[in-house]
Amino acid sequence: MVAIASSAPDSLFEELWRLQQQVDELFGTWASPSGGIRSLPRGSFPAVNIGHTPERVDVFLFAPGIDPKTLDISIQENLLTVTGRRDIPAHEQATYYRQERFSGEFRRVIALPEDIDPDRVQARYQDGIVQISVERREAARPRQIEIH
Amino acid sequence: MATHSEVTSRPSAAGALERRGGPAEAPVRPPVDIYEDDEGITLCADMPGVSKDRLELRVEANTLILEGTARLDLPENAEALYADVRSNTYRRTFALSGELETGKIDANLKDGVLTVRIPKRSEVRPRRIEVRAG
Repeated sequence: MVAIASSAPDSLFEELWRLQQQVDELFGTWASPSGGIRSLPRGSFPAVNIGHTPERVDVFLFAPGIDPKTLDISIQENLLTVTGRRDIPAHEQATYYRQERFSGEFRRVIALPEDIDPDRVQARYQDGIVQISVERREAARPRQIEIH
Repeated sequence: MATHSEVTSRPSAAGALERRGGPAEAPVRPPVDIYEDDEGITLCADMPGVSKDRLELRVEANTLILEGTARLDLPENAEALYADVRSNTYRRTFALSGELETGKIDANLKDGVLTVRIPKRSEVRPRRIEVRAG
């Protein structure tokens, strides 16, 4: 894992926000988010953010309170599939005022850029976020061409 | 107040948003479960990406305030491809009532789930009232 400067997450969120604004402006709010054919309505569990560099693609699943052992992560070609479950125990003797948190099984299918290398994937779980880092193929990376 | 200073010391982020004339990046309202039993009220909030040092929980004038900042582990040159979550801050507030012991609130953060336990004052815990046969 790369050590991260503290400004990086902010600039990503900023960038994501701008991108979403552009999509919203182009298609109207009915088309958001991003209009991906496999994207789910806003508010689905787990929420997903994706960032990329020329070297790799990072997928973040906002999945707090899960047992990482219940996760099943697979990649076929450039299609990433994540399934899992979150069990929230019900307290039968208690009176509930709000139950907004997702409970049960989930599945998300995410189309990644075409140039990812499905054999070089790393996943980890920290602070309730599943981070899946996929390397891109060398040939697809931009190369500096020297002028002699 | 670590979360506060972190949020306000981002001139670049704030500036970029102002330039576009868009609304300020609104904090995420974390989904919660709230339930009550004889001993008190328990609140569970989903705040993924928040670690203990980026969480702030406080009571101000009988209002419980939850705040946190999420951090994603990314290279500096990363750009966005897709985003369900557009803000890296969480905030939600709850009005507390007088029978709760705000001085004895217990909180625990694990895997992005904050659990807050607010006990009731012992004198207001329910007592079983015997009904005498007349």
